[in-house]
Amino acid sequence: MSRMTCPVGVYLLGAVFIIPGAVFARDHIQIGGSSTVLPYAKIVAETFGEIYPEYKIPVIESGGTGSGIREFCRGVGDNTIDIANASRPMKQSELQLCFDSGVKNVEEIRIGYDGIVFATSIGSPDWNLTPQDIYRALAIKVIIDGKVQPNWVRKWNEVNPSLPAWDIAAYIPGEKHGTREVFEEKLMLNGCKASGAFDALKVSGMGDKAASAACIAIRKDGKAIDIDGDYSETLARLAANRTGIGIFGFAFYENNTDLLKIAAVNNVVPTEETIVNGKYMISRPLFFYVKKAHFGIIPGLEEYIDFFLSDQMIGPDGPLVEYGLVATSEAEREAQRAAFKEGKTMTLP
Amino acid sequence: MSLLSESHMKPLTRNIGLKRRYRAEKRFRAYGLIAICTGIFFLGALLWSIFSHGYSAFWQTSITLPVRLDAAVIDPQNRRDKNPQVLITANYPILIRNALSEKLSIAPDDHVGLRQVNRMFSSGVRVQLRKMVFDNPQLIGTTQTVTVLAAADIDSAVKGQINLAVPETKRKVSDRQVEWIHELAADGSLYKAFNTGLFTFAASSRPETSGLGAALIGSIYMILIVLALSLPIGVAAAIYLEEYARKNRFTDLIEININNLAAVPSIVFGLLGLAIFINFFGLPRSASLVGGLVLALMTLPTIIITTRSALRAVPSSIRSAALGLGASKIQMLFQHVLPLAAPGILTGTIISLARALGETAPLLLIGMVAFVANYPRTPMDPATALPVQIYMWASEAERAFVERTSGAIIVLLMFLAVMNIAAVLLRRRFEQP
Repeated sequence: MSRMTCPVGVYLLGAVFIIPGAVFARDHIQIGGSSTVLPYAKIVAETFGEIYPEYKIPVIESGGTGSGIREFCRGVGDNTIDIANASRPMKQSELQLCFDSGVKNVEEIRIGYDGIVFATSIGSPDWNLTPQDIYRALAIKVIIDGKVQPNWVRKWNEVNPSLPAWDIAAYIPGEKHGTREVFEEKLMLNGCKASGAFDALKVSGMGDKAASAACIAIRKDGKAIDIDGDYSETLARLAANRTGIGIFGFAFYENNTDLLKIAAVNNVVPTEETIVNGKYMISRPLFFYVKKAHFGIIPGLEEYIDFFLSDQMIGPDGPLVEYGLVATSEAEREAQRAAFKEGKTMTLP
Repeated sequence: MSLLSESHMKPLTRNIGLKRRYRAEKRFRAYGLIAICTGIFFLGALLWSIFSHGYSAFWQTSITLPVRLDAAVIDPQNRRDKNPQVLITANYPILIRNALSEKLSIAPDDHVGLRQVNRMFSSGVRVQLRKMVFDNPQLIGTTQTVTVLAAADIDSAVKGQINLAVPETKRKVSDRQVEWIHELAADGSLYKAFNTGLFTFAASSRPETSGLGAALIGSIYMILIVLALSLPIGVAAAIYLEEYARKNRFTDLIEININNLAAVPSIVFGLLGLAIFINFFGLPRSASLVGGLVLALMTLPTIIITTRSALRAVPSSIRSAALGLGASKIQMLFQHVLPLAAPGILTGTIISLARALGETAPLLLIGMVAFVANYPRTPMDPATALPVQIYMWASEAERAFVERTSGAIIVLLMFLAVMNIAAVLLRRRFEQP
């Protein structure tokens, strides 16, 4: 009996695996990558499906920029994704990975900007932060009286008398977030340099790299709290601690203006206008990358991108801006559309 | 004499620590009671927080109003007979806007007001009206009573989830819209109704038209695939190991490996699924077939272990008696051992199915943690699962997704409860002689 059942089972299993591989061709667009870009991609995908009923609504995975690009660069073919959403530009090493596995025609498309904002609970006093304040409140080592020493500051007004006398409790994105990188580069590092700690660290014998790493090291005594979840977790933390300050995406803030009060940075209050003209300093461009080898094979792929780039989507009156995207300028949008029409692909240097 | 008086004074009792032992038992019972109370307290807190946030998701604000399906808006050039495309691209939302602004008596040149009226109802009306008109073009030019979903922000405001105490510019619902809500509610055209959409809609970027439809179908496909694969394979493996295989180093090794696999973090199975089913066999990403296969691999060790212990619990006298009366080994197995072991096998299977129903981690790598807006027709189509939908909604920025997240958790809990009750009932039924 046992001699008979075993081969039968093997055949059954084999049948399950072998039949599908050959028969099924994909008829929907498959997208992966950044969870920051996901809400925008969702709006475009859904509207695309409504306006072009002949195409299926694209499937959009959420897993983060890094894993999305890795999946994107796995190769060309039906069972690889067509588009990778990214909240940062693709790295040289990632493009190399793409080229190595035969994904040679990659086109970069910039869709707009995402502001990164500080916010407190609604009803709290006005905040005006500088990178130096943030560095001095949250770094593990700071410069006090010309000496680099461990950070013992307890309250915000000890950092800057114009800030409220609140215990420091900052909810910052965890290390796997793309936002964290922007936070470290634009705030911690700049604040470190502005406060003179960077030079002091270098005087103490560190190289440029080691000093930068020391600048962006966050204090570990529980005053700076890493949030590994998403902005809704940060919001819940602020609801529990009324004197906390959190970091959010501008879009998330736009959807929760009745609960959050936004803080100015360097005297600039983040608005769509100040983010797009660069006066508000903490923002980042959002992208997606598309595999040109899939054009003409996956139905609707080019139409989807055309639709995404049209002003009815990423224009200043479009639904993406309504949700919280910071639109690029008219000229930049036009240039992006022209670049797509021309079909410029990325190259390795 | 002194001896006698001594024995007189001390009665003949042995000190066996009775009081101390009673005390110890009381203490032990108190510990048990405290443990149970703590458990119940936390369970109660969990359920309370889920239900208090989530019950409102089962109601959705709708607006019923007479809508004139104006031919001048839908098909101004009267070309629909030659070119049905006109009916697809027509501007349907404006019909609802006109109907609503007429009801609220807003002047046609009040553009700010009209824009706010536009934000009162879901932009999902485009699809709803299009389907209505496309299915029955005779309706064009008539006035129909249509029920449309209110926009998510309006719905949240009606449910009191938006802080109306903050200045108007700080919130998504304006004072004028609040006034309209009261006006419409007063004459009964704006009301809360049971949210069937929560069960029928697929994922959407608009909270009011997003539901668990695609996730429910995906979860059902996966559970069926897991059942079809892991039950026969698991039971067959367990029977072979328990009843046929000789005890030697090789079977010991297998046993250790099975026990190890049962404890492996579930994401590892996701990695395996990506490497084997998608990269090697070329199955499509995000398909519930791949999800089912991965979850089947994940539940297999648990089913083998529970089946083996159920088989082991069958007294060996039953086996001996059957064999002694001349039954063959396979007759002994199928007619005597398996029926007795069935309740244990079933319980184990249903509990591991329930665990598979609640998994997200292994689905992440095979692309099932995704926005899927089309219904999956076959297990080869992209789909999500219930816990994935909960995870996706939990990270949304809009207020209306907060209640939907808890609502979806309630639905998932119901499913799990039904499965576990089924396990108990089946077990009782099988245990009756």
